[in-house]
Amino acid sequence: MDDKIIEIKNVNKSYSDKPVVKNISLSIRRGEFVTLLGPSGCGKTTTLRMIAGFEQPTSGTILFNGEDITTLPPHKRNINTVFQKYALFPHLNVFGNIAFGLKMKTVPDGEPKTDKRGNTIQKMRHLTKAEITEKVNNALKMVDLEDYGHRAVNSLSGGQQQRVAIARALVNEPQVLLLDEPLGALDLKMRKDMQLELMQMHRQLGITFVYVTHDQEEALTMSDTIVVMKDGEIQQIGTPTKVYDEPANAFVADFIGESNILSGTMVKDYCVDISGHKFECVDKGFKHNEPIDVIVRPEDIKIVAVNDKQCLIEADVLSCVFKGDHYQVTALTHGDERNEIVIHDNVEVKVGDVVGLYIKPFDFHIMHKSRLINELDGEIWEENVVYMCEGKFPCVTQLAEGTKVHVKVDFDDVELVDDEEDGTIGATIISAIYKGSYWQYIVRTDDYYNFFVDNDYEWSIGDRVGIKIAPDKLCIEEVKDEKEV
Amino acid sequence: MKRKFRFRLTRRAFAYPYMIFLLLFVVVPLVIILINAFLDENSKLTFANFVEFFSDAGGGLTVLGNSLIIGLVTTLICLVIGYPCAYFLAKYHASSRVFVLMFILPMWVNFLIRTLSTKAIFMALNVKLGMGTVMFGMVYNYLPYMILPLHTTLVSIDHSYIEAAEDLGADKMAVFLKTILPLSLPGIVSGITMTFIPAISTFAISEILSGSKIFLFGDAINMHFSKTTNSFGVGSVMSLVMLVLVVVANVIVNLTSKDEEATSVL
Repeated sequence: MDDKIIEIKNVNKSYSDKPVVKNISLSIRRGEFVTLLGPSGCGKTTTLRMIAGFEQPTSGTILFNGEDITTLPPHKRNINTVFQKYALFPHLNVFGNIAFGLKMKTVPDGEPKTDKRGNTIQKMRHLTKAEITEKVNNALKMVDLEDYGHRAVNSLSGGQQQRVAIARALVNEPQVLLLDEPLGALDLKMRKDMQLELMQMHRQLGITFVYVTHDQEEALTMSDTIVVMKDGEIQQIGTPTKVYDEPANAFVADFIGESNILSGTMVKDYCVDISGHKFECVDKGFKHNEPIDVIVRPEDIKIVAVNDKQCLIEADVLSCVFKGDHYQVTALTHGDERNEIVIHDNVEVKVGDVVGLYIKPFDFHIMHKSRLINELDGEIWEENVVYMCEGKFPCVTQLAEGTKVHVKVDFDDVELVDDEEDGTIGATIISAIYKGSYWQYIVRTDDYYNFFVDNDYEWSIGDRVGIKIAPDKLCIEEVKDEKEV
Repeated sequence: MKRKFRFRLTRRAFAYPYMIFLLLFVVVPLVIILINAFLDENSKLTFANFVEFFSDAGGGLTVLGNSLIIGLVTTLICLVIGYPCAYFLAKYHASSRVFVLMFILPMWVNFLIRTLSTKAIFMALNVKLGMGTVMFGMVYNYLPYMILPLHTTLVSIDHSYIEAAEDLGADKMAVFLKTILPLSLPGIVSGITMTFIPAISTFAISEILSGSKIFLFGDAINMHFSKTTNSFGVGSVMSLVMLVLVVVANVIVNLTSKDEEATSVL
């Protein structure tokens, strides 16, 4: 209980009605290395900025050592930040930058005084020059920049500036260090070195680190706990092993590490059906024939001979690439509905070979689908036109103009077109997950309506597309009674 | 083979019209002033003009001293009024476009008309014309030149510096004194240049707003070139002194801003 240093409770943040962080709750233990991980725009930096005090939550509370600091200004928080672009003061040299926080600081001067009313008052004083010099020099030593105190910050390399930024934050002995993608601007080699150094500092100092990154590898390497975020919501909180081995949903599986994500149905407890093949698994408690997502990590699939008794399914090898410590094999499964599977194994196979695949029951990770059908509210605009998501979709209906309706569309009935103008409404691809034989996209309209779309063609995240829906694919129901809601 | 002259439209060609303009209206007048400074009324070579000015026979040096003091005071007042103004305009940037415009708007009106109307207002209010009204006119006239460069610099200060300072324990006052003020130094320097240099060479403002009682250097030069006095020689010497002063001021300003860069590079 007591070792929680930061507690975030039901925090929301919106910028001019656009929600960025949605009802986040999270507690961080003292001394922990927590990473907020997610794609850009997932709200991780906003969450960090709320902990630092630069932003105030629209609602919710943030506790620091059990005290409410939701509206406390940043300079009163015993928390320091390493900024993404370092934000080193250009008018001060390295020494001046690191000393900045120390010069602001006041400490009890050791001579308690008694005022007229008899209260003892701890008189505060600024640090002396000698104290500041000593602390700054220690900080410089910690980041291996002992002789750089007199240098101007602009004359340092990116890696050195990064170290100064870290020293500038740590010299104040904060209880929590916040790091906002601190290694983003460094090259790969430097990044790897800094990762190890940061981990070492964390171990030595024993203070809490809250780290923000979009780099899943960085998160897996460094953290005690990973908080995976998407769209302002927490997807999963867990140790790196847990998040990697037991992803909470298809998004987490796709974002962290490589994975095969397939659609299937739960036939019964301990039995999953993927494209007509039944496999043994260790999950239970799903509804009968419930549609689910199945995730299998490439390294959990073993290539066996077709006649081997372990063989669960046969597949044609499409490609085989040597990756140093393993071969990356893509294979197309046999059957009516064929899926493309990625396998990491240390056997070399030839393109065109037919191989058998074996997967242990506990390597099938089964999870509920986040949405089964697109459901939207709209209104009949005129004859055979429904108005929803700020767009006018042609439809087939007998309902009269102005009727409030509830519209359902299957994922694979939503068409995407390259030219925004050709669609009924324009939208941006915000998520793309390959499901073995097709892509599942989440596309967001300009007014923040999300559509789930199953599609054979490939788009990238951030692409603009047009959304088109065939009139007869819109399943329209009149909203009968408002009391229902 | 005959070489034919061909006019080629290179990038350099675009500079010719301005070069010609510069030659005709800047270089030639300067040369004329230089020559005039060494000529007496009968167009004979003489140093009398210099002697007259530097011996302060016609009170020229005193006027120059007054001008410099008034210029300095004007610049100081402009800075004191202009900085907070630019600061708040920059802070509430998004909503302040209109307000920035309000400060620039007076610059669109001819300064003589502005100054004459200021005088009319003072007269109507029964304010006695004198040093106070002259200072008011000067500050009113040059304030936009102070605010504009300050505003530009303040707006371009990266907000992350302010956040970093807050993060390191600086309260609002400390954030201002330790980050915003030093970071806006280039703006202060260019604001001072843009105010001080025109302020020491200004004319008409002092004459109009003091009821012809206070003469500044610009007015003095203007007087020397008028038909009645017709002492072009001394006027030219004064113009040259002015020119030297402006050059010196510019050099000093450049040196200080160079120092800025130098310390940040070292």
